[in-house]
Amino acid sequence: MTNNPTNVLSLEHISKTFADGAAVINDLSLTVKRGEIVSIVGPSGCGKSTLLRIAAHLEPPTTGTCTVDAQGIGYVFQDPTLLPWRSVRANVALLAELQQLDSTMMQTRVDEAIALVGLQDHQDKYPRQLSGGMRMRVSLARSLVLRPHLFLLDEPFSALDEINRQRLNDELLNLFEQQQFGVLFVTHSVTEAVYLSSKIHVMSARPGVISRTIEIPFGYPREADLRFDPSFGQHALEVSHALRETES
Amino acid sequence: MSKKILVMGRVISPIVTFGLVLSIWYFISYVVMNANRRSVALPAPHDVLRQGFFTWAHNRGIQPILRAMLVTGRVAIVGLLIATILGLLIAIVMNFAKPLEWSLYPYAVIVQTLPILALVPIIKIWFGANLTSRTVACVLVAIFPIITNALFGLQSTDRSLHELFSLHKASKFTRLRKLEFPSALPAIFIGLRIAAGGSVIGAIVGDFFFRQGAIGIGRLIDNYQKEGRTTELFAAAIVSSLFGVAIFIGFGFLSKVAIKHWHDSATQVP
Ligand SMILES: Nc1ncnc2c1ncn2[C@@H]1O[C@H](COP(=O)(O)OP(=O)(O)O)[C@@H](O)[C@H]1O
Ligand SMILES: [Mg+2]
Repeated sequence: MTNNPTNVLSLEHISKTFADGAAVINDLSLTVKRGEIVSIVGPSGCGKSTLLRIAAHLEPPTTGTCTVDAQGIGYVFQDPTLLPWRSVRANVALLAELQQLDSTMMQTRVDEAIALVGLQDHQDKYPRQLSGGMRMRVSLARSLVLRPHLFLLDEPFSALDEINRQRLNDELLNLFEQQQFGVLFVTHSVTEAVYLSSKIHVMSARPGVISRTIEIPFGYPREADLRFDPSFGQHALEVSHALRETES
Repeated sequence: MSKKILVMGRVISPIVTFGLVLSIWYFISYVVMNANRRSVALPAPHDVLRQGFFTWAHNRGIQPILRAMLVTGRVAIVGLLIATILGLLIAIVMNFAKPLEWSLYPYAVIVQTLPILALVPIIKIWFGANLTSRTVACVLVAIFPIITNALFGLQSTDRSLHELFSLHKASKFTRLRKLEFPSALPAIFIGLRIAAGGSVIGAIVGDFFFRQGAIGIGRLIDNYQKEGRTTELFAAAIVSSLFGVAIFIGFGFLSKVAIKHWHDSATQVP
């Protein structure tokens, strides 16, 4: 599965200019395969969210083509974006409802997704009763229900504290190892990017282009202690330097 | 401990205010006014209670007041109901597409800014001087806050949530039912509360001007003033304001029940 050659996402020569004339992305290409986590790091405002929105067909590119070859996309926003009037369980079921999944299948999928993120004991709570980390888990579980082959994650853990962030990183890796979806992951955090990714694109601003691509050679599964491996530090340093160059 | 003091403060403070108002009332009726003037302009609180509330006869005391209040209350509630249904429908239509909002909104504003008194003659010509006209007056007063608040609520739905629904190709109707309408509920309830107050006023004003049919509280107040029945006039005014308060509290309670799980306003004392 890991060597599945088909791209679940391919962006080819994407450019985006908004109606107000702002040229945000310029001739950017990248691909994501199943069994691959591709990260994008870059200064804020360089067009990372715009790129994800184009990949999800929420926004048309000005030029270039975007091909998604996946049954369903799991899109996770920076905020958990839950429906506050729905319980945890009902929130997790939302997308299955929108896609009109058969109801017994829906119930088993919802059970499964809730178990995967460890929220069995909180199913009947409402979002406002949950911590930030738990809300993000609900948001993840919601997108897992449809078992998408492609995940687009827009700084999903950036509002969390370090402990929760690392825990959710490990949970994401777990899910990834089980289900072998493809991931396009936007983040601010260099360590998070190195820890999760098989490949990191460093993006620079105005115009938004990929200024550097760094392959991360570690295989999966990954252990939490990898973060303290000297070669891990080496890669983090390389990404940091590339990131600094985009700002100069 | 400090919480207990706070709660007691919330209960005791309005009672102190009430006592203060009563004292000023007594002071004015007994010290500032002589007996003649008092009975016409400001009868003492205990006289209002005795003659206005604790007299039980077909055409005196509390009985005609309650009967009239029932008439007006029914008009106000029916008017509010119609305004709610129509107002929500109009807001939903406006939310459906911008051009619809642009073409309808100015007229909603015009309905709001037209003084109800200017409309009275027209309503009279169209509907007669009966209960229907009173209800129409209520609807005209109550519908605007419902439209504006519902529209605001529908349109302030979180953008990311909209995108989530777009991503899964939700229809306009699904979007309305599962996203926009529930997220507009807090705003809709605010609109309802304002509209309820307006509807009561609309019904009382209607009583004054459309004088055919059952006597409402507005007309009763008018009659009492002309007949110099000041104690009962006071009692009628108090009853009508109590009705307004009851409606206000009722809607507060309803909104609390409807959105108790998720909205912050539900956990605060109104
Ligand atoms: N709908 C839009 N219209 C005009 N400009 C936009 C729009 N959306 C985003 N932008 C601009 O595009 C740039 C990139 O935004 P974004 O993709 O959100 O950046 P990032 O996610 O990397 O922080 C920003 O300068 C932003 O102001
Ligand atoms: Mg962004």
